[in-house]
Amino acid sequence: MTSHWCDFQNTDVILNCGSNSVENHPVSALWLEKAHEQGAKWIVVDPRYTRTAEQADIWCPIRSGTDIAFYGGMYNYIIEHLIEPNLAKYQETGDMSEYNFEYLLNYTNASYILDPDYKFDPETGLFSGWNEKTKTYNAHSWHYETESTEDWDTSENGAYAWVKKPGTPEFTTPTLTNPKKDMTLQDPMCVYQQFKKHYSRYTLDTVCGICGIDKDVLELVYKTYTSTAKPGKAGTVLYALGQTQHTYGAQNTRAMSVMQLLLGNIGIPGGGVNALRGEPNVQGATDMGMMVNEHPAYLKWANTTDRASLRKWLESQTYSDGYYTNKPKFIVSSLKEWFGENATVDNDYGYDWWPKVPSETGAVDYTHISTFELMQQGVIKGYFNWGMNPCHSAPNAGNVRRSMANLDWLVVADQVITESASFWNAPDMNPSEIDTTVYYLPCALIYEKPGIILNSGRWIQYRYQAVEPWDQAKPDYEMCDLLWTAICDLYKKEGGANPDPILKTKWDYYVDGKIDPRPVAWALNGYRVAGTECNTDSANPKTDLLKGYAELGADGSTACAMWIYSGMWNNNDAPLDPAEQPLCRRNTEDKSGIGLNSEWAFSWPSNRRILYNRNSCDMQGKPWNEDKKLMEWNGEKWILVDQADFVAVKGDKPVPPNNKTFFMLWEQNARLESYGMVDGPLPEHFEPFESPCDENPLNGAFHNPCAFGTQYASTKQGTKEQYPIVATTYSVTEHWRTGGQTRLCPALVESMPAQFVEMSEEFAAEKGIKNGDEVRVFNNRGSVVVPALVTKRMQPMNVNGKVQHQVGLTHHFGWADLYGTGDVVNDLTPNVGDPNSFTPEYKAFLVDIEKA
Amino acid sequence: MNLSRRGFFKATGAALATTMAFELSSQTQAFASESKQDWKLVNTEEYTNICCYCAGGCGSLLSVRDGELVNLEGDPDHPINEGGLCPKGATMFQLRNVVDPETREVIKNPKRSTRPLVRRPGASDWEDISWDDAIAEIARKVKDTRDASFIEKNDNGLTVNYTPAIASLGGSQENSEEEYLILKMMRSLGVIAIDNQARV
Repeated sequence: MTSHWCDFQNTDVILNCGSNSVENHPVSALWLEKAHEQGAKWIVVDPRYTRTAEQADIWCPIRSGTDIAFYGGMYNYIIEHLIEPNLAKYQETGDMSEYNFEYLLNYTNASYILDPDYKFDPETGLFSGWNEKTKTYNAHSWHYETESTEDWDTSENGAYAWVKKPGTPEFTTPTLTNPKKDMTLQDPMCVYQQFKKHYSRYTLDTVCGICGIDKDVLELVYKTYTSTAKPGKAGTVLYALGQTQHTYGAQNTRAMSVMQLLLGNIGIPGGGVNALRGEPNVQGATDMGMMVNEHPAYLKWANTTDRASLRKWLESQTYSDGYYTNKPKFIVSSLKEWFGENATVDNDYGYDWWPKVPSETGAVDYTHISTFELMQQGVIKGYFNWGMNPCHSAPNAGNVRRSMANLDWLVVADQVITESASFWNAPDMNPSEIDTTVYYLPCALIYEKPGIILNSGRWIQYRYQAVEPWDQAKPDYEMCDLLWTAICDLYKKEGGANPDPILKTKWDYYVDGKIDPRPVAWALNGYRVAGTECNTDSANPKTDLLKGYAELGADGSTACAMWIYSGMWNNNDAPLDPAEQPLCRRNTEDKSGIGLNSEWAFSWPSNRRILYNRNSCDMQGKPWNEDKKLMEWNGEKWILVDQADFVAVKGDKPVPPNNKTFFMLWEQNARLESYGMVDGPLPEHFEPFESPCDENPLNGAFHNPCAFGTQYASTKQGTKEQYPIVATTYSVTEHWRTGGQTRLCPALVESMPAQFVEMSEEFAAEKGIKNGDEVRVFNNRGSVVVPALVTKRMQPMNVNGKVQHQVGLTHHFGWADLYGTGDVVNDLTPNVGDPNSFTPEYKAFLVDIEKA
Repeated sequence: MNLSRRGFFKATGAALATTMAFELSSQTQAFASESKQDWKLVNTEEYTNICCYCAGGCGSLLSVRDGELVNLEGDPDHPINEGGLCPKGATMFQLRNVVDPETREVIKNPKRSTRPLVRRPGASDWEDISWDDAIAEIARKVKDTRDASFIEKNDNGLTVNYTPAIASLGGSQENSEEEYLILKMMRSLGVIAIDNQARV
């Protein structure tokens, strides 16, 4: 989230798209209801009439998987109704009564001139730079034309003097290329003109045909939501897995960001692009970079090409301008925390001990979907599952359990015997043929151990331990320590394949000789190496914790695992007492008056509650909305309500307002067009991997040409002739993911005891199905039997002139012996995904249905 | 883990005050005459926690007596949930303890598995294993798998230090300190196939 839960109350229009807040994030809905009570309009775009739709003013049903057509139509609507009719007047008189031109012109890259080779061809559906052989793009022509260049000043008094400080690794500093701009927006190669041309194809009729939306409803949605284009008005978009779980899910997310930029809705109270995340600490796990190519705190992990050495990392990752000019400080401090005294400038701070992910074009992929292919091939032999249950949650789950049967060993750390722990005992598996050794390690519950957790709004909060773990259950941190210590002992005793990366790793998070999460919290916050000893006794802790990330150095003097968390745990007077740290603050007095709650817990980075908040003011530093203020320039300095997400002060001199409002990007303006995606610089509509359509009316490429996983035979793609029904998946309040916790609670199983497939009355009548009948839902990948739920909440749609039926399945039960068992619905979902994020396409696929 | 008493009070001050109010009120005659039983929250220590379901980050308040959980409810001071919890959050008590349908006693949740187990190749059931043995066996398997598959340099002579043979999945259920330890252990072993719920 760029904003946070309590900020929803500040909005004028709510757009739930691919999320069902009232059902799946029930308490957050409180803040939507507050806005609604104060007069906000509420729109829900969803294939089903959900509980959220029940609360809202407008329900716009949509065919699963067609969101980009919906957003593209809105861009076209904004251009035709708000920008084009008012642009000339704005340029003459400055009139912004209908549309916030100042935001578009100064805070986005609308005026930037693109490379002359930039092109999109609707005939082929391809952008410039396509390589047919590798099925990948070269993004060169998606960049800007250069006006001028600037080099870093690393002289003694220069802005980048730190580069020359002893201890700082050597690298060639970047050159800033100032982009060419046309502030009149008339140059045919400027981003705005190319954008306008691109989305002129997304007419109301075309979008209605693709999405199966009624034209009057669509127009009403566009009119209502684009009313937030006026300065001082705010619209918030709330999304969840309904947007991300597609073969173009990352482009869906970008599409929402672009919509919010066109409407001036990012960085203002009641605005933002707000992911309603679904796991308790998935925000923390994302921050931690627990993914193949990621590194903690949104840096990139070492690889075999542009990050093959520390120097290459520094040269490819350090931005030429903006806040990410500081990346060398972040990565050196991370290495220093990782390897401790073994990390020196002479050995590149131990960089080569880190494993490098193969990254040449065509290299083996190791992300989630691919790991099961690698098990089939006998490459992956050992597997750890930490509170995750892929035999239930991964797409094409039948393929998953058959793949896992090739493992030598599996370790499952969980609170219950999950489907993954017992995959060998699934109804369709024969244990005597499976040679995998499986270890089940019992975990402590959330209130049986202490620790840090982040919510979707980036609040870092604390869990106090209330009771001891039951029986032999242990916290995961203790398991890690036992395992790590045992592995180190084996390598010390026996040697083995290069033991250095293991034995040079610093692992000293002990209090009074016992593993303890508190020194780990110091590591996440950051500390001065000279004054800190993580291995401590409680009577006399020695720490020099950093106040914040501004204190980080690239010279090895500081250690920090997670620069964005710096400032959360920084009290050197009581370093072992969580209650004395910023993350445990409990002051409920909200001085902002708009629910920032700045003295409750800690929000990364630097306790900022609303990201990109400089965008809440105009070019003179006056807030767009006087009643909902995040800051203001008073002529001499910035008066801050939220922590500044921009350069407000340099040294001790206030910095007057300028156009650098997105300082986490090198150009410091947000990107309507972006060269950062692998599958195109602008979101373009494609059909899901399994689509009910004959053609894509918008372009000649039916599917996303870069869609990931389509090469795997295990995906067993079905055709619309075999499987004519569009299916999607979702959850109800009492169900949560694979049920390891919710199926452990009898009260929840009692209140929602079964899965179901929800279908329209028309479709049920066609198939002779009655409400409550057991039905078989099937495709090439699997078959499940669940009761039918026949409702008015699903309706047949008119898609490109034909009647199309959609159904929705809940997914929660499995064979594991908890309260409540049932078939695994993810046996049906396809193991293909998005080429940027590698997220699977759970939300749109094809099935057929018959009475069981 | 030991919290200083001062820190504990500060963290849960408002909650503790509530408990004391209950304690005092239970001594008044009016209340005492209504029920012979003690108030449910008398003589409890209260701890704050954060919900284990969606990423709303709702606060909860746990009451503990004699080392056992006796109550769990929404934290009324928490600015997000203002004391409320959804059906899932409100039943988090049951993750540990449930009411035995026959005896009506509060018992340990029988569906939770709290001992290390091992399933041997070809076996159709679990066996008990001690923590010490489980850790020793897993460490041995990790080392053997790593040693047999480790790639120190790739075909171009570049130092790469990875094993393609081990994968690690999960992390969004753990606290952040644990996420760091899992990540650090896996990466230092040379594991590159690392993913968690954020991927899906």
